[in-house]
Amino acid sequence: MTETAYNFAYLDEQTKRMIRRAILKGVAIPGYQVPFASREMPMPYGWGTGGVQVTAACLTPADTLKVIDQGADDTTNAVSIRKFFQRTAQVAVTEHTEEASLIQTRHRIPETPLAEGQILVYQVPIPEPLRFLEPRETETRKMHALEEYGLMHVKLYEDIAHNGEISTAYAYPVQVEGRYVMDPSPIPKFDNPRLESAAVQLFGAGREQRIYAIPPYTQVVSLDFEDYPFEASKADHPCDLCGCATSYLDEVIVDDAGGRMFVCSDTDFCSTRRAEGHRGRLSGEDLAEELA
Amino acid sequence: MTPLLQVKGVTKRYGARLGCGDVSFDLWPGEVMGIVGESGSGKSTLLSCLAGHLSPDAGEVIFDTRAEGPRDVLTMSEPARRMLGRTDWAFVHQNPRDGLRMGVSAGANVGERLMAVGARHYGQIREQAVDWLGRVEIAADRVDDRPRAFSGGMQQRLQIARNLVTGPRLVFMDEPTGGLDVSVQARLLDLLRGLVREMGLSAIIVTHDLAVVRLLADRLMVMKGGHVVETGLTDQVLDDPQHGYTQLLVSSVLQV
Amino acid sequence: MIELSDVSKSFVLHNQGDAVIPVMAGAALSVAPGECVALVGNSGAGKSTLMRMIYGNYLAGGGAIRVGDVDVARAEPREILRMRREVLGYVSQFLRVVPRVPTLDVVAEPVLAAGGSHAEAEARARDLLARLNVPERLWTLSPTTFSGGEQQRVNIARGFAHLFPAMLLDEPTASLDATNRAVVLALIAEAKARGAAIVGIFHDAEARAQVCDREVDVSGFAPAQAA
Repeated sequence: MTETAYNFAYLDEQTKRMIRRAILKGVAIPGYQVPFASREMPMPYGWGTGGVQVTAACLTPADTLKVIDQGADDTTNAVSIRKFFQRTAQVAVTEHTEEASLIQTRHRIPETPLAEGQILVYQVPIPEPLRFLEPRETETRKMHALEEYGLMHVKLYEDIAHNGEISTAYAYPVQVEGRYVMDPSPIPKFDNPRLESAAVQLFGAGREQRIYAIPPYTQVVSLDFEDYPFEASKADHPCDLCGCATSYLDEVIVDDAGGRMFVCSDTDFCSTRRAEGHRGRLSGEDLAEELA
Repeated sequence: MTPLLQVKGVTKRYGARLGCGDVSFDLWPGEVMGIVGESGSGKSTLLSCLAGHLSPDAGEVIFDTRAEGPRDVLTMSEPARRMLGRTDWAFVHQNPRDGLRMGVSAGANVGERLMAVGARHYGQIREQAVDWLGRVEIAADRVDDRPRAFSGGMQQRLQIARNLVTGPRLVFMDEPTGGLDVSVQARLLDLLRGLVREMGLSAIIVTHDLAVVRLLADRLMVMKGGHVVETGLTDQVLDDPQHGYTQLLVSSVLQV
Repeated sequence: MIELSDVSKSFVLHNQGDAVIPVMAGAALSVAPGECVALVGNSGAGKSTLMRMIYGNYLAGGGAIRVGDVDVARAEPREILRMRREVLGYVSQFLRVVPRVPTLDVVAEPVLAAGGSHAEAEARARDLLARLNVPERLWTLSPTTFSGGEQQRVNIARGFAHLFPAMLLDEPTASLDATNRAVVLALIAEAKARGAAIVGIFHDAEARAQVCDREVDVSGFAPAQAA
């Protein structure tokens, strides 16, 4: 089949309109989960079908797309989604956060602050933050409608009771604009402060058929207790490649003896810094070349 | 003094069958009322209508709210009614699994109602949870255990603690001692009596166990076929029953 | 303090062919503060029935039963309950308690129910249990396992714990030894001295003579027998 046999960005126009209506409703009611008629996509659930549909509905031929998975542009999931839109929408692609007009992400927010006009699309596995404590969807919807969010703190209470601290490290629940409690998708809680952003943030859950959104400059508060305040924690190291002390890090095992290194999870951020001449503990030029 | 709860003409039908018909009574602060009757007599239907779990076809359920005085809970908005259900009201289910969150610790079960009304200080929530576990005779070192690890009697006591922690004024109980063996029942009844007196609680207890109401209830309402056939002081109804059905009920109890 | 006029009572047995058994008619009684009246009459004459009606345990068929400012024959359950908490005490023949509750708490409960403090209630309970010779080692145990005599003494202690202005006593000296019988009679005399109006059933003629000011024969309240 030739590329031209696909409609622009794979989905038909009616479907994209339907998804755009859901997105607009989501933007109008920040944090509220809007149901939409999720389509079968040519990739399995769990591979970002929700995010892909939202991206497809937002893309225009003039857009520049960036796709990341856990911060990296070069992993299977990111590469295949990027290729998918290159083929079905012929849009320009980039690995540089500043150059992208639309970024689809799985489990991270880029380190480089986003600007007005950019769109960040999240892939969401489970959109309902209350699900683990209250499995009945009828009941959780009612709890959202009536702002009965005590249960969310029960989860945090359990964390402290069993681990001595709020051990929830990702998908850390937030309250949006003082109203809806929202699952920010499995981003590390380190990224939570950056949910307050100049960009439009859209969340798509394909299997669960939900879309929700955070419009630019919306207040996003991470839930916590007075005596156990929220902390955006990260590994207590600088990046071993670029030396950055403030970025979110991945731990990498480098040999069979348990040797390890910490590197920025955001590959674009790290390589940009190295190109600017920043150096970390293990960034002899060879190693840097090898890993870049 | 106004009654805490005024029930007027509450009627619930299931199609052609009557659940409960034209039930009216007043419950005063500090009063414990028992509702007895055989299975299918409408006592559980009535309790569900009063507690807002079922909406009756006719009638009024007027509760003396703290903020606004007497209000018909049936015409209240759902958020207001659910708020009442978390604060001034409590519901003790026969099966503790219906009233507890089995997947979270005892402390979280007790703390949930506090967090639901806005408590956001972990240390204070936990302190209150431990205090309440003590009041229902559960050791403080069980605070982080899940109810699954508790015996039936402990689960029921935990359910009571979870319900009473916000200092409700009205407690609905549906066969609270139903699934428990006799010695555990006695302990629970004793506990409930103490709490009712100390907290000045009003309670409505549905049961088919006449011994339970004799110990707990000030007043008794006897139901049959959806209707109230007799009401009065508990010991008067049990010792000098006026209605034929009550006489049958009382004389049917096995003596030990 | 206790005024009965034209009190009647009949039992209707709905499950035995709606048989109507009249047991009392035209009963009248007046007991002043500080007075002790004994109900007498043959067994089955209705002494206990009358006493139970005064307490609100049996429903009066007709007439008026005034205890303080409450007409027991017409009062709401909550009015009767308040009367029982504050005004009218009842020492029955049998102890009826929640299993597992310690004796001390059983005895202290009426004081708490009437609004007394914990300290006051406990002091009163200790005093009465000691006077009635209930061994102190039993005080923390539930009376359900006690002997009949011990249970009866706990029952009396409970009955006298709160200083009721009116009291009903059903065989308070039955099954007691001489020492404890004397204690109970002293308690009754003290209650009278502080102004309590007392109605009692005493089979013990000597005790009756000692504490009762007059006797009322309940046989006189028997309903006219239909021929």
